[in-house]
Amino acid sequence: MNAIALEASFALNVALLLMLVAIAAAIAWTRSLVAAILLMGVYSLASAVWLVVMDAADVAFTEAVVGAGVSTVVLLGATLLVRPGPVRVDWRRAIAPAVLVVGVGALLVLAVSGLASFGDPSSPANAHVGRSYLVETPNDIGIPNVVTAVLASYRGFDTLGETVVIFAAGIGVALMLGFGPRSSLPQPPVQPGEHHVVLRVTARLLIPLIILFAFYVLFHGDLGAGGGFQAGVILAVAPILHALVFGLHATTAAIPAGFVRGVAALGVLVFAGVGVVCMANGGGFLDYDRLFMPRVEAMIPPGLLGDPTHSHNWGQHFGILLVEVGVLLTVSSTMVTIFYGFAGRATHDVGSAR
Amino acid sequence: MADAIHWIGGGLVFAGTLLTLLGGVGVVRFPDVYTRIHAASLTDTGGATLVLIGLGILSGFTLETLKLAFVWAFVMLTTPAAANALANAAFSAGHKPRIGAFQIMKGESSEGAGPAQRDGGVAP
Repeated sequence: MNAIALEASFALNVALLLMLVAIAAAIAWTRSLVAAILLMGVYSLASAVWLVVMDAADVAFTEAVVGAGVSTVVLLGATLLVRPGPVRVDWRRAIAPAVLVVGVGALLVLAVSGLASFGDPSSPANAHVGRSYLVETPNDIGIPNVVTAVLASYRGFDTLGETVVIFAAGIGVALMLGFGPRSSLPQPPVQPGEHHVVLRVTARLLIPLIILFAFYVLFHGDLGAGGGFQAGVILAVAPILHALVFGLHATTAAIPAGFVRGVAALGVLVFAGVGVVCMANGGGFLDYDRLFMPRVEAMIPPGLLGDPTHSHNWGQHFGILLVEVGVLLTVSSTMVTIFYGFAGRATHDVGSAR
Repeated sequence: MADAIHWIGGGLVFAGTLLTLLGGVGVVRFPDVYTRIHAASLTDTGGATLVLIGLGILSGFTLETLKLAFVWAFVMLTTPAAANALANAAFSAGHKPRIGAFQIMKGESSEGAGPAQRDGGVAP
């Protein structure tokens, strides 16, 4: 039975990877910019399926939302800024990029031979620090999802760095493209037409559900796949969908661009602030065991959350949750800022249905 | 009993994938945008329904069943809406049906009858 399951999973892996190769070839082949962008979305969806097969549900979440959803929308917004139609390039100008692409590709293929085989228990990543994380997490952190424990607690400082990088990326895009709809852009003369009524009703139904699901993913991050990054990108989908269906002006009227920027900074502040509070209570930076003052910690009845013998898990639980909220705020508002930047540059409103 | 559940659930999943595959064939074989959308959206919704019912039978009556029901509700809500939006956009972009009542009009203008290769109608 086990051998059959292994064979089936092998066949599935091969099929999905062949599909990815076929989609990549189609992307390189097509002359239409829009078709290439949509195929890239399909590529992301297929790779998300493949990541699920590889048991990396956390990564699959992000790939599906960012790769197939948000980046497709942002790239389609970018096509509004460039000349439409295929661009003929002189083949002599394509030689240097082709050599570069083939060279880097060859290096990557070469590097694959140096990787440990999939699931190898004696590989460096699984043998030393990885094993100790698996052994120590129930005692140190007290949450079932080891991925979240490593990401938010053991390697909390790295994750703070990632959050700052995302924040900086959003600010960079905003500085290049602007923070929202141009003030010179007049209100759309035509209101969204009646003939998009199905889309509008569906969007109105879906947007609250998307927000609810984002918070489910956030609070579920301790127990299973999920967390601040995944929840953040899902949350960002709600205003983007709103802008696509009801128009960018309606969305920026509800969620102003300045507010979104402020929330992006607030997320980083929450994350770093948790670390500073831990330091103020005598611990290290982001040492959640010292998140609460000893006096406060003593007031918490033992066994209120999880194992009664490990009351120090309280700090870890709340520290991880607060940090994930910070990540959610920064990731979601950075996504929305980038979308506002691209969509705001367009000469006509993205959602004003023609 | 457990064997019967396996066969019924597995059979429904298989039927669902087969239906989705048929939809894929329809997307390639059908003559114009509207019939292709028709093929894709109906088989996607129906195939997903069959697969989800099959998975629900396989998983037994647990919390998973409720989650599958949520997925089904989401698919039933979004796939038809997406098909509607797609057909709407195709109509706005000036795609004309190749079969049916509109075919009579084909005589006066033969251009634009097929899926025109001009960037999918996103650029104004």
